[in-house]
Amino acid sequence: MSGTPRLHPRRAMRAAVTKARVNRFAAVAGVTGMSLALAVSGCAGFGNLGNKPGVTTITVASVNNPQMQDLAQLLPEFEKEHPDIKVNVIMMEENDLRNATTKDVATRGGQYDVMTVGAYEVPMWAQNGWLSDLTAKAEADPAYDVDDFFVPVRQSVSYDKKMYAAPFYGESSFLMYRKDLFQKAGVTMPEHPTWQQVADMAAKLKDPDNGTAGICLRGKPGWGEMFAPLTTVVNTFGGQWYNMSWDAQVDKPAFSNAVNFYVDTIRDSGERDPASFGFTECLNLFQQGRAAMWYDATSAAGTLESEGSPVAGKVGYVSAPVVKTKESGWLWTWNLAANALSEHQQADWEFIKWATSKQYEELVGKQFGWERVPPGTRQSLYQNPQYQQASSSFADLIASTLNKVDPKKPGIDPQPWTGIQFVGIPEFQDVGNQTSQQIANTFSGGESVATALDRGQRIAQIAGDTQKTEAGK
Amino acid sequence: MSAAITSDVAKTGSPPKISLSRAERGERTFGRRIIMPAFIVAIVVTQIPFLATIYYSFQNWNLARPQARSFAGFHNYVAVVTNGAFLPALLNTVVIVGSSVVVSLILGLFLAVLLDRKFPGRALARTLLITPFLVMPAASALIWKWSLLDANVGMINWAFGLVGIPPVSWNTDFPGMTVVFVLTWQYTPFMMLILLAGLQSQSGEILEAAQVDGAGPMRTFRTMTLPHLRTYAELAILLGTVLMVQVFDPVNIMTGGAGHSKTLSYLLYERAFIGQQVGEAAAYGVVTVIVTIAVATAALRTLFRVFTDEGGAR
Repeated sequence: MSGTPRLHPRRAMRAAVTKARVNRFAAVAGVTGMSLALAVSGCAGFGNLGNKPGVTTITVASVNNPQMQDLAQLLPEFEKEHPDIKVNVIMMEENDLRNATTKDVATRGGQYDVMTVGAYEVPMWAQNGWLSDLTAKAEADPAYDVDDFFVPVRQSVSYDKKMYAAPFYGESSFLMYRKDLFQKAGVTMPEHPTWQQVADMAAKLKDPDNGTAGICLRGKPGWGEMFAPLTTVVNTFGGQWYNMSWDAQVDKPAFSNAVNFYVDTIRDSGERDPASFGFTECLNLFQQGRAAMWYDATSAAGTLESEGSPVAGKVGYVSAPVVKTKESGWLWTWNLAANALSEHQQADWEFIKWATSKQYEELVGKQFGWERVPPGTRQSLYQNPQYQQASSSFADLIASTLNKVDPKKPGIDPQPWTGIQFVGIPEFQDVGNQTSQQIANTFSGGESVATALDRGQRIAQIAGDTQKTEAGK
Repeated sequence: MSAAITSDVAKTGSPPKISLSRAERGERTFGRRIIMPAFIVAIVVTQIPFLATIYYSFQNWNLARPQARSFAGFHNYVAVVTNGAFLPALLNTVVIVGSSVVVSLILGLFLAVLLDRKFPGRALARTLLITPFLVMPAASALIWKWSLLDANVGMINWAFGLVGIPPVSWNTDFPGMTVVFVLTWQYTPFMMLILLAGLQSQSGEILEAAQVDGAGPMRTFRTMTLPHLRTYAELAILLGTVLMVQVFDPVNIMTGGAGHSKTLSYLLYERAFIGQQVGEAAAYGVVTVIVTIAVATAALRTLFRVFTDEGGAR
């Protein structure tokens, strides 16, 4: 718990203000604060003392996605099977989770035993020695069937050919379109559309008078918002963030063509107010029937087809649009990993194994319905007739996309990192975030894409230089 | 204790030689001992975080690169200057806070003058007008983003549509302005309350005398009420500025730092939590503190004048 909290802007300012008045009030407040902290930590201690002998309590930090909430609800089942393990789950928003877990592992706090980590973090954290190597444990149990995971998914949790996390659910990206609107306009969607075709169709299908966009594409600043889809566009245009020697390529023609295309498509036939549209906003727009197409995560399909959705049954799904590459879907996985500092490695593994096993999928299918099974990790799920029935319109496409994507070389040129819609270096959240802010400024036409990418190039090169010095060591 | 000192001074007239009895000395040590823990805690609580921030600002430390942690010298400070993010953020903060303060002060004055009159339902009107100040900043940012400014279903765009103006994409085209909207909405009641207190503290007799002397309402307002309100306005501006400089929620929720909406506090958040650059963020923090202290010193001098000149007598 040390380190970062002190850097919170408000605290830094407050520290400066209170500095000027070291008075009794501050002292009293300080004593109260400290005793409160002691009381809280004391309570935590007593909590552990209160455990029954022989019972191991493990703390799990988790992202609060629907799939994880289902997991939390099914914990009694796990504890029934493992009476000697008690699981304490802490749910957080994605950003809070990332802050909390990064701080915990980076400062060697050891607060969490098991953590949900994204595909972006696993290789970096593994390299830092923050995660336990699960390879031997996973392969020891034939019933767990490691080979059942999609190959790219398994790659996303591996570093140096060892497995550092178990995939809980995974997703790629694809293009969703309204079959009824296309039929009315007399437009047919090809099975493997190119981006140019998509832009043309979007221009035909937009209907600004009725507030319907031709396509919804994320424009909200943020490395995980705008740059998730945009990086896949860059990849298929033949661009990339860095070349093999970590020189930034942001102002190169391929990158710039892709961004110009993206911005122009949004401006011509995209949603209004793109700078406020991320995944959730596009989901709402598309679900309300106010966009003819939407390019985004495959995990959206479950929501679109669920009961009560106004567009259920009206949506068609095709592969991610391409330009120069054959495939352009992204790859994201949420995974369960054991903290290398955890004192309960065996219990951690028991829990991870249970939550990512085939039995767990069956449990969710029986308890909550098959459409709620965490998707996108195990090939066997896509051969399960019950699951196929529940997700007939999109499951096969997701399975084939997840088999085809290549996180080691998603674009035309080779890249020195593993990852499709992100660059696997710690600085990328920063680089992507700042560059996306620059691009958001171009939606209004006030700034040119060239200026934005010039700035992006400078921002990216700073991180690239760090990478070069790291490599030189 | 004090009795012993003063009597000594009185007797000799020379620099005081303090002679304490054994009991007094004991009492004094005891007093010190009692205060000591509180004093230490005070130092720990107030100084250590700041010293730690200064220490971190000289470290080369990215949270996700623990092996690369090292002494950075002034590298982080050089980065603050050369990155080119600090000055624009400072300028954005000045523009956003400055215009929000001015606009909310004018609106607040308008509302305060209206509320100063007696009319049925005044208490209810006052309560309703204060409400925006009581709403949590995050909630008001969401209200503005979705209910008011949204390009598809926002009320402002709906109202525009009634008079034939095409919808405006506020967050994309005018990100800085949307933050000013939220701040103004939120702080107008605050300004209104302070100015209302000023209006109600005016002496009725003097206003009556002005009326008898033949001054019209506008003249009375300009030459009597406005000068009287000056100190209240100064206080409102000072407190409003201090509160608004910390603006974070609307930037984070509505604009994500795009356009000219990246304020200092949001920049700091980005460096620390998105950049994970502990050293650089700390350097930004230190520079911000220095700038804030400089600005606050100037501002506090103004406050001092407010408190010394009583009730607008100048």
